[in-house]
Amino acid sequence: MAKTLYQKVWDAHSVTKLANGQTQLLIGTHLIHEVTSPQAFGMLRDMGLKVRYPQRTFATVDHIVPTHTRVEPYEDPLADAMIKELRKNCKEFGITFFDTHSGMQGIVHMVGPEQGITQPGTTIACGDSHTATHGAFGAIAFGIGTSQVRDVLATQTMAMSPMKVRRINVNGKLKPGVYAKDVILHIIKVLGVNGGLGYAYEYGGEVFDNFNMEERMTVCNMSIEGGARCGYVNPDQKTIDYLRGRPYAPKAATFDEAAARWLSFASDADASYDDIVTIQGEDIEPSVTWGITPGQGCFIGDSIPTPESVEGGERANVELALKHMKFQGGEPIKGKAIDVAFFGSCTNGRISDFREAAKYLKGKKVKEGVRAIAVPGSQLVKAECAKEGIDKIFSEAGFEWREAGCSMCLAMNPDKLIDDELCASTSNRNFIGRQGSKTGRTVLMSPLMVAAAAVTGQISDAREVFNI
Amino acid sequence: MALEKITQVVGRGVYVPGDDIDTDRIIPARYLKCVTFDDLAEGMFADVRFDSKGHEMKHPLNDPRFKGASIMISNKNFGCGSSREHAPQSIYRSGFRAIIAESFAEIFFGNSITLGMPCVEASYEQISAMTAILEAAPETEITIDVTNKRVSLAGKTFEVNIKETARDALVNGRWDPLGELLEADVKISQVASSLAYMA
Ligand code: SF4
Repeated sequence: MAKTLYQKVWDAHSVTKLANGQTQLLIGTHLIHEVTSPQAFGMLRDMGLKVRYPQRTFATVDHIVPTHTRVEPYEDPLADAMIKELRKNCKEFGITFFDTHSGMQGIVHMVGPEQGITQPGTTIACGDSHTATHGAFGAIAFGIGTSQVRDVLATQTMAMSPMKVRRINVNGKLKPGVYAKDVILHIIKVLGVNGGLGYAYEYGGEVFDNFNMEERMTVCNMSIEGGARCGYVNPDQKTIDYLRGRPYAPKAATFDEAAARWLSFASDADASYDDIVTIQGEDIEPSVTWGITPGQGCFIGDSIPTPESVEGGERANVELALKHMKFQGGEPIKGKAIDVAFFGSCTNGRISDFREAAKYLKGKKVKEGVRAIAVPGSQLVKAECAKEGIDKIFSEAGFEWREAGCSMCLAMNPDKLIDDELCASTSNRNFIGRQGSKTGRTVLMSPLMVAAAAVTGQISDAREVFNI
Repeated sequence: MALEKITQVVGRGVYVPGDDIDTDRIIPARYLKCVTFDDLAEGMFADVRFDSKGHEMKHPLNDPRFKGASIMISNKNFGCGSSREHAPQSIYRSGFRAIIAESFAEIFFGNSITLGMPCVEASYEQISAMTAILEAAPETEITIDVTNKRVSLAGKTFEVNIKETARDALVNGRWDPLGELLEADVKISQVASSLAYMA
């Protein structure tokens, strides 16, 4: 019978049926970080349990690390306690830790792919909702809570119910100046922030075929913002080329065999789906959010909606969003003055994001009064930027150039918005308070749009600013 | 591991209205800087309950009429966003034992069930009817019959939904799956050894 990748991976990893009807699913790769793991290790200790497959568990530190300095102890004693706790846990339980001095530390969803740990046809879990990022490689990857982190540590399995699969085709071509970020913001706007509830999203179509691995990661990363716990792209030659030679990828002698196996996980041509959605690439414009959920978005040329333009319970949501954002319904989003530009995160903190923006930032200056920070998602990206001179381009333009971490994507480290600052951000969440000030305002957009906003000091159409 | 069989939850309710109440709102990230879950209650909905000086703001969770509630009621897509178990932990540790909403985000839902905190789905109309009763008489006792998927209050009974796998796990006292997972040890090894990348 024809199967989707999701079904193939599910079947290959099913251990047994549990009494309540759920499946006990084997988690081949477990990624952990400092925020959602310490309590799980604590529970393990309390129960006298060991880590079942320490060699399949990988750790890094990302959320709480300061990005302006790497000197320890950290000024924030809580953050300092957390990194020390992770070190202790990894040592005690025999887990590989990509620590800050390793040269390989970074946001957990960047480290997995960079190291070649993320592979097609595998299951990957992490106590972090953006774990779907790894789906770009044709892995079934999803976020879990801390009790499940405990379960996976102790048994390398967890209880799960199967998801439905929705195929999302993006056909045709993207216009110049339109990026992967615009594609996923558009998908979330069309299907809603809870449209993906109960689904795994399989992304495909010509646009995805043409995307490189990093663009696929950007889209898969934000699946959860559309309510889908899991999102993936079928593996192809690009997937294989990306993984070849990476530290944890199969070695040369067995690589081709592994690659053939990986490709066999791709959805069969005649697989059936629970739902199919088709979007035309040419219809997508550079996108921005105007509200307090990633689904409250529009194209750069659009006006902010009025509460009257929506029905029922939605109206209260729009009203709350406008009040928080201090926007009026009906005004254009373009031209809104920004205070901060944040470039980074597991959505858009990769080398291709920096390269693309650097092409246009060269010789330009960040508008006076705008606080602009650029944060490579990993130490490897930072090193590559240095090699290519990208760090200089950003610094000369007026961006602060930082150490790798989650930074201003969320308020767990010193990088925060102040009061009601408006931030043009490449990250993935615009929830109230997300960037560290409860009156702070976040506008999500692509890296190039953040570069344009930084340069002009306002929300702008990057195509006009950079003559694209 | 003998767990309590959670067949019903009885208590007073509080309505926290709104769709898409995300986990950053339920527990702001700064409260995640901890290595245990012990002190999470103080962070629950902190940024909408307190102003920057720590003074209470107008919020249902600060309303004296609803103090002591153990059932939280909300609208669509409750608990969306981050996977942080800190969110249901903070609700649980604030004394709540069940949540009724139009729908729940998936990770939040799973995290709550694993704590033995039922997540009950009711329609917009049902929730409006329930919260109207509470608004008029805040001390009304609510009974959630987990076994039969019913919510009753003030002589009215609502047929609601609880996902079957969760309902089964709650009423049979197997909402924390770890014990059962550990039992499959031999099978785990077998499946792992059938996968090239696990070898
Ligand atoms: S960059 Fe943001 S979304 Fe990604 S893991 Fe860090 S905090 Fe989470």
